[in-house]
Amino acid sequence: MALLEIENLTKHFFRLSALSRVSLSVEPGELLGVIGPNGSGKTTLFNCVTGVLRPSDGHVRFRGEDITGRTADTVYHRGIARTFQLIQLFPEMTVLENMLVATQEKEGTLLSRLLHREEPEATVRALALLEFLGIAGLEENPASNLSYGQQKLLDFGMALMSDPQLILLDEPMAGVNPTMIKNLVGHILELNARGYTFVVIEHNMEVVMSLCRRIVVLSQGERIAEGTPAEIADNPLVLDAYFGR
Amino acid sequence: MADLVQLCVAGVSIGAIYAMAAIGFVLLWQTSNTINFAQGEFVVLPAFAMVLFFVIFRLPFAVAMLATVLVSTLLLGVGVKELLVARLLKMGVLPLVIATIGLSLLIRYSLQQFWTPLALPFPAIFSRDPIRLGTIVVSLEEIGNILFAAVVIGALQLFITRTKLGWAMQAVAQNRTLASVLGINVSRLVTITFVLNAALTAVAAILIAPVYLVKYDIGVSLGLKAFYAAIIGGFNQIRGALLGGLLVGVVETLSAAYISSHFRDAFALVILIAVLLLKPEGIWGVKEEWA
Amino acid sequence: MALGRLGLVAVLVLSVGLPIVLDQYKLYVVSLTLVYVILAIGLNLTLGYAGQISLCHAAFMAFGSYAVAILGRRGVPFEVGLVVGVAVAFGWGLVLGFPALKVKHHYLAMVTLGFNIIVFLVLRNWESLTGGSFGISNVARPAWGPLSFKSDRAFYLYILAWATVAVASAYWILSSRWGRAFRAIRENEMRAEVVGVSLRNYKLMAFAIGAAYAGMGGALFAPLLGYIDPGAYTLDRSIQFLMMVVLGGLGRFEGPFIGALVVTVLPEVLRGSEGLYLIIYALSVILMMLFMPKGLVGLWDLAWRSSRSRTSPSTSSGSPR
Repeated sequence: MALLEIENLTKHFFRLSALSRVSLSVEPGELLGVIGPNGSGKTTLFNCVTGVLRPSDGHVRFRGEDITGRTADTVYHRGIARTFQLIQLFPEMTVLENMLVATQEKEGTLLSRLLHREEPEATVRALALLEFLGIAGLEENPASNLSYGQQKLLDFGMALMSDPQLILLDEPMAGVNPTMIKNLVGHILELNARGYTFVVIEHNMEVVMSLCRRIVVLSQGERIAEGTPAEIADNPLVLDAYFGR
Repeated sequence: MADLVQLCVAGVSIGAIYAMAAIGFVLLWQTSNTINFAQGEFVVLPAFAMVLFFVIFRLPFAVAMLATVLVSTLLLGVGVKELLVARLLKMGVLPLVIATIGLSLLIRYSLQQFWTPLALPFPAIFSRDPIRLGTIVVSLEEIGNILFAAVVIGALQLFITRTKLGWAMQAVAQNRTLASVLGINVSRLVTITFVLNAALTAVAAILIAPVYLVKYDIGVSLGLKAFYAAIIGGFNQIRGALLGGLLVGVVETLSAAYISSHFRDAFALVILIAVLLLKPEGIWGVKEEWA
Repeated sequence: MALGRLGLVAVLVLSVGLPIVLDQYKLYVVSLTLVYVILAIGLNLTLGYAGQISLCHAAFMAFGSYAVAILGRRGVPFEVGLVVGVAVAFGWGLVLGFPALKVKHHYLAMVTLGFNIIVFLVLRNWESLTGGSFGISNVARPAWGPLSFKSDRAFYLYILAWATVAVASAYWILSSRWGRAFRAIRENEMRAEVVGVSLRNYKLMAFAIGAAYAGMGGALFAPLLGYIDPGAYTLDRSIQFLMMVVLGGLGRFEGPFIGALVVTVLPEVLRGSEGLYLIIYALSVILMMLFMPKGLVGLWDLAWRSSRSRTSPSTSSGSPR
């Protein structure tokens, strides 16, 4: 059974059609790439899946359960985490607090969160993840003090805190220097090897071609192609979408 | 039956004035995310200006009107935008809301302290003589208000839908980032919106001055009504604000006649609650999203 | 936290000694300030920490005041009246919280505004219960058997005790994971939801708890004045609390203290120029938003920056910011 099934997903904004009957599925353990020119609906796709936007039509199924239109926190609890193209952090909270927020709602009840103050496991996990990503030592700094690259890594770290089964990365390499790109690719591959499933939106073709075994192409809100990196590179429809007539 | 029609005409007449204030309110929200809590005072200030020019300086009506509109657009349009809004907009909705609350208090109590706490009478612009249409009696003032307001609102509507500047405003209202990417000078457009709002409230002031008395605190209920009207009618469409304003005017006039004073306010509030619970975007409004 | 726990305790000790030093009128002003602090703490939670506009704080205050006044007339002990008032306020806070979930800023402002007006109208018209426009007079102060808090000095200490409870409980809530969730919602609501923070639950709690504090403040307000009437719970009053919290510093623990102090003391200082103080007030609010959007607590920060150490606990469930 596919981990994530998207069926005929459609999203309108007033008269603009951002997504038009897009279908795709993600297998457990996969590293799926989603590419397409600007404005093709990639981020909208993520937003509809994760509950940030409500789809106008279509269905999203995760592990067999229909999660179409559910709120973002529900989707998160089901096991889907994501990062953002434009970094979304909690700027005035410290790096550690940012990480802890990402996990504090997963266990216990509303009441227990009021009464129990100690979070040893969560703190240990957060610090370990920060270490893994190479941004240890910054825990007490407000998130807004970090460099762009560090913030991207924090964003990634937050997505990992809840031990999600599916991680959606929205342009993780944007604005990042080549060394960092190598790092990130390494992290993603390592995590994928450990069993995490990834869907990655990217513009950096080199990264996508080397990272992903399967790629889906969107253009103007529609799915126009799917296949291995080699197949996609040769596909006339894809070239047309990017370079026009 | 004749009574009902007469009351409706009176309601539409005052409603048209509320509509102008409501439309300006909605324009500000649409193009610049400003919730102008001082909208009522934006009507009171030009009303006092009108008293100054028309009653005290005894300028001819047309000249006084132009002077009032000018003062309003300079102070409340350009002035407020450059001094307050431009700086506060980047900080999110809340600081601007607070600042407009402060502004409303400032205008209100400055007028009270430095001019007068008393109500100033204002001469009627249109005659109050009754006109007979069959069994229905209306006054020239009511018809005059409706026509005047209709012309102003009509002109505004034409401006927004037929001119380049108007299209630019619509674009900014829909999506600011996209609009500026397309080369629209968003800041200048916001200034224009503020100027338009100031002009609208100035006209509303001129029409309402003979009906209410000109006093420092009439802005409180006026502002509330503009807010009401925009919420009920639809916060993101001009025609929503228009509908809302007219509704508020008609409901107010009818309930004053048929419902005891105790419950008049309550009745209007029940409508508000119903709209908020059933269709929060307003009767003619469109749902807004995260986008 | 800038002041530090030790500092707060010191302030508390000093406060206990105040009745000896101050005359009756000044003691009244201080008592009123303490009541306002409790109210401001509540609004700071709703607005400052959770970012929800509330223009009906005075309505929640009214529940506390009228509960104490009405029940007191029937011989019910003050503390029971206070608890009832707080409970009613909490309940209505939950009710108001629901629209807060569905609608955004401008609508929320309208909903809360409308609620305030409705409550005011009910207070004014339900004469058999509330005494209508005339209100209720001779609101009884608490008494524990032979021990009575009727004297101004004794009642001041009583208020001080409850204020301490309010401050301590707010500290307790905000230093928990709830505090972190509230701050996350305030800083980036969308991201908070995406990492699993239930906006629904926390916004409801922010409203309800904020309202509960208002109820507590209202319950103490009534016997302090001795009489209550609907005119004390209008929209203007709600806006006054809004200003208080903003002037002090939104979302900062010290904010309510500073705000309540300024708002209560300012009219006293400008005595004799009634309307003028409102003008200065309004001007300060505008200037503050332009130049010091963090509130007066920003000045406080500057003063204390040197004595703040790097090792102060600011993470996890530590002290609230």
